Parts: sequence; C-alpha cells; structure tokens
Amino acid sequence: MTEIVDILISASFWAAVLRIASPLIFATMGELICERAGVLNLGIEGIMVIGAFAGWMTVYAGGGLWTGVAVAMLAGMAFGALHGLLTVPFGLSQHVVGLGITLLATASAYYAYRLALPEVTNPPRIAPFEPLHIPGLSDLPWLGEALFSQTALTWAGFACVAAVSLVLYRTPLGLALRAAGENPHAVEAQGLSVGAIRMGAVIVGSGLMAVGGAFLTMSAFSSFFFEMVNGRGWICIALVVFGAWKPGKALLGALLFAGFDALQVRLQQTGMGQVVPYQVFLMIPYLLSILALILMSRRAQVPAALMTPFNRGDR
Amino acid sequence: MRLDPIAAPTPARTLGLPALAILATIALAAALAAIAGANPLETFGLIVKGAVGSKFATLETLNRATPLIFTGLAVATAFRARLWNIGAEAQLYAGALMTVVIGTQLGLPGPLALPLMALGAIVAGALVLLGPVLLKTRLGVDEVVTTLLLNFIMALFISYLLEGPLKDPMGMGWPKSPALPRDARLPRLVEGLRLHWGFALALICALGVWVMQTRTTLGYEIRAVGQNPQAARFAGIPVGRVLIKTALISGGLAALAGFSEVAGLKGNLTSDLSPDFGYTGIIVAMLALLHPLGVVVSALFVAGIFVGSDSMSRAAEVPTYIADILLAAALLFMVLAILLTRYRVVRG
Repeated sequence: MTEIVDILISASFWAAVLRIASPLIFATMGELICERAGVLNLGIEGIMVIGAFAGWMTVYAGGGLWTGVAVAMLAGMAFGALHGLLTVPFGLSQHVVGLGITLLATASAYYAYRLALPEVTNPPRIAPFEPLHIPGLSDLPWLGEALFSQTALTWAGFACVAAVSLVLYRTPLGLALRAAGENPHAVEAQGLSVGAIRMGAVIVGSGLMAVGGAFLTMSAFSSFFFEMVNGRGWICIALVVFGAWKPGKALLGALLFAGFDALQVRLQQTGMGQVVPYQVFLMIPYLLSILALILMSRRAQVPAALMTPFNRGDR
Repeated sequence: MRLDPIAAPTPARTLGLPALAILATIALAAALAAIAGANPLETFGLIVKGAVGSKFATLETLNRATPLIFTGLAVATAFRARLWNIGAEAQLYAGALMTVVIGTQLGLPGPLALPLMALGAIVAGALVLLGPVLLKTRLGVDEVVTTLLLNFIMALFISYLLEGPLKDPMGMGWPKSPALPRDARLPRLVEGLRLHWGFALALICALGVWVMQTRTTLGYEIRAVGQNPQAARFAGIPVGRVLIKTALISGGLAALAGFSEVAGLKGNLTSDLSPDFGYTGIIVAMLALLHPLGVVVSALFVAGIFVGSDSMSRAAEVPTYIADILLAAALLFMVLAILLTRYRVVRG
C-alpha cells in the first residue's frame, strides 16, 4: 500500500496522468461531437493512426510542429468526410463504414510510411513539442512539475473541452447539433439541414481524433511506429459512453482512465511487478473500459437518433 | 439529396454497379502502384502470379483462405442477426489455445485427441463471445466495443501464457507453446501437397451454415431478429435467446480458425498465429454479402490478394500494405454499389 501512496504523491505521476490523458481527450471530444449529432464513428482508431502519421511525417519532412498538427487535422477531416458521405447522405451501416474507414486509414498510413521510409528498422525521431514554461506556475515546488510541465498540445486539449462544451450548450449551432442526434425531424421542421449538420460534425470530430493521434507522435513518443495507437480509439468510444455523452464528464473519465494507466506502469516497477505478470497490468486499461461500459449501462443517455440514418424522403 | 427506393431494378443496375465498384478498386490499385513508382500492369501481373501462378502459390492461397473462411463465416452468421461481433480475433486465439492445451497436456491418442481439440476450441470461442452478448441482452452494453476490447485482452492473456505456464521448455527462450504430437495434427488432404484437412472442414462448415440459414427455424429466426428485432419479438421470437445461439455458433466458427491453423499448419501456438484473420473476416463476410457460400469465394479472393501482394512486394518497390488498402476500399465501394442497386439518388 505504501508503494501506491508513494506513487500518488510523486509529481511525475500527475504529470504522466495529464500526458496520457491528452490524446484521449482530443479523440473523445471528436467522437462525442459525432455521436451527439447521431453518427457513431468507428473510424476513430484508423483516423488516430493517420493523424499520428501525418503530423509526424510533416515535421520529419521539415515542417513546423503546428503545421504538423494542422496537416494531421486535415488528414483526419478528409477521412471524416468520406465517413460522413457514406453514412449521412447514403445512410450506410455506420458499423460497416466505420470499420472500413479504420482499415483504410490505417493501411494508408502504413503504405505511405513504407513508401517514404522503405528500409528503416529503427523509426526515426523528430524534435517533439517541448513542455511549455508558464512563468510563476511552472516554478512552483511540486505543483510546477505535477501540473505545469505540459506541452502546448495538452493545454489545447483542455481548451478543446471548454470549446466543445461552450458550442454544444451555449450556441444555436450546438442546439441544432444535439437536436440532429435526438430528433432529426424537428431540425428539418426548423428549416435546417440534418445532413449538413451531421456531415459537419463528423468532419470536425474526425479532425479532433486525428489531433489526438498526432499527440502520440509529436508530443509523447516523437516517432511513428506500427500499432502505436493500440486500441486507444476504441477506449475513447467507451469513454464517451462513460461520460454520458457530456464533455465535462468525458474529460473526467479520460483523466481517471489515464490515472489508472499511469498507476499500472509505475506498479510494474514495484514489488507487485515481481509477483504479478506485466500482461495483467497492461490489461487494466481495456478491462476498465469494459467495466465503465457496464457501470454506465443502466444510466446511459444515448442520443435517441444515434445510428439512425435520416433520409428526407422517409416520413 | 435524398434516396428513393427503386421498385424493380434493371439487371444492368444490379450487375453493373458492383462491376463498377470492382473497376474503381482496380483503378485505385493502379494509382497506388503508380505513386510507388511501379508500372501498374506489371504490379497486377505480379500479384496474380504470386497468388495463383504456380502450384506452390495456389496452395499457399488455399492455406491462407482456410482461416478466413472460418472467420468470415463467424462474422457473416453474427452480422446476419445484427450482432456486431468484431471479436473474431479473440475467439480465434481462444480456439487455438484450447487446441494446444488439449493436444499437448492430456496425452490422448490422435483419433481421440483431434475431435476433442476441435470441440474444446469451439466451446472456448463460444464462451469468449457469450460474455459480450450476455452484457448486450441483459444490460444493453454495446457489443462492438466490448468484443473489440476483448481482442486486446486476449492477446495479452496469450502473451502471458506463452511466457509463463504454456512456454515450451525446449523453445530456446522463444515465447511459443510446445508442439502438438505428430498424431494430434490434421493430416494433409493429398499426400505430398501442403494443404490440410482444415480446408475441407472450412468448406463443410460453409455448407453447414448455409443449410442452417436456409433450412432451419433458427436460420429463419436469426434473419428475423436481424431485420427487425421489435417485429421479431412481437411475432413471439425469443430475441435474446436467438442472439445467444447466434453468438455460440459465431464464436465457435471463429475458434475453428485457430484450431485449423494450429493443428493443420503451425503445430504450436505463438502470439503471431493470426495476422488479423479475425478483422479480415469482416471484409470477407461483407464482400460476400453475408452469404455463407459466398464467404468461400470471397475468402479465396482476399487470400489471393494478400498472398499475391506479399510476393509482389518482394519483387517490386510497392509496399505489401497495398493489399489492405485495396480490400478496405473494395468493401466501401461494394456497400455503396449494393445500396445504389436498390435506391436512386434524387435532388431535394
């Protein structure tokens, strides 16, 4: 037990929680926007891969870090547009299209990576985002290291939650978007286009997912390697459910989840790691996600029109 | 724009659009090869040659198709009931695990061991899918995410077993299981040809699923549940029980892929037994429009693309991932084409 307490009072643990949560925050917000508009986006896993690759490749080819983030976002939006086109106006199965997009985006990233770097065994590194020095705050004892030693991208993630929350609940656009996921006929009755709202939500949401992926290569690992997203996209889908489709709660979920993840990595180094096989620790994130789904199942407030295509011709 | 149903689609439409989807996929392949600086026609030639150009290549394609028929059938059976089983990968490994445990630990004679291994595999795969389905029917937990996450959990579990209790003491430190004894392996179909009875078993399963779907009450109930669960419930069909039966069949079929790979081809269990056979099963099933006999054809096609691309990428400067892009694109083009055979796009 003292080992857990030691971990919890170390500043590096809290810094790690924020770092691990960052990609999840972006991607969870992206998925949340899609689902609130009525579209389940199972392309998330592949869109994170393409974002991780596009951002990294841009910097590796000589672009700036923020240019890399922008390119990642555009790449994500492109795949989002394809997902939106097939699921919104054409109303195809969101399950099938989403999985297809994940395969397509992942394979495209791997293909492009192999084309660009045919014979590398050691993934080359880029100079990633540096922790942002905030005058005053970053110099505080303990707190400075624990909370104020993050990169600009992490802070952008928190700003993103605030922005999504603000738009969803305080603007007419947000109202229309939520209505498109709850009662699309009412939206059409207002003279708004459900199709346009949903397309926009899927494209913007996919852009955020890609930024989440880009965080992995541009802020966390500084190189691109195969299978680096490793199910994070699927975990984000669970986090949206856990957060009851609300940005603030989803943020809490991502932080809680990152907390367990940071804890399991550190517990592997302790006496517990000698006894318990490391695979058990690595399973914890996935098991927690399933547990979160089970816990929330009774109280879930699923958007009523989630996964229901809207065709103007149907009455 | 909106979609208007077409009352009686013309044959030109029902055949032309899927053909167009295939042409679009081929055009994309040509573009990808050109981007890589290769001659598209030469690349296609190399893929075809690598897939069916020699006796060795053809047998390799048939061997690669075998697990894909099983996982394709697993997905097709589940999707037919709109049970989104994305966890065939985990069920495959569960099957492979039981195959190895029964085959190496019990010391049974071959004629007894093989059926028991297959049966054990089926039970293990079925149980792996039973959990998510019970969560779905009892608590309303979405099975897409739970089955996906189970793939990662199963991979870690297998990795633990291969480094711990199931590690081959003679394996020079490699994380692999002990090998099955000679008589606990599936024999070759024809002596001297590298093709085992797993392929025949896959064909029998495809036939079995087809009979089940078209000639039995359960097949009818599965279709009814998939088309409209509310209406099915109203008609007195026990929806929950049908979903559970579907899951047991689907999980069992996916597990047979693991059984067949271990007992027919590899002889032991490693953590890279399946290069995403479970996920690829989704493409196989969708390209076959969930038809069990179509699954066989589409598994052969998909296996040919993979085997051919592997061989092509050794000769030309085109990365082997071209196969994955093509299959994902083919899937998306095909679902769109099929939709447009039944609906017309109208402005307004």
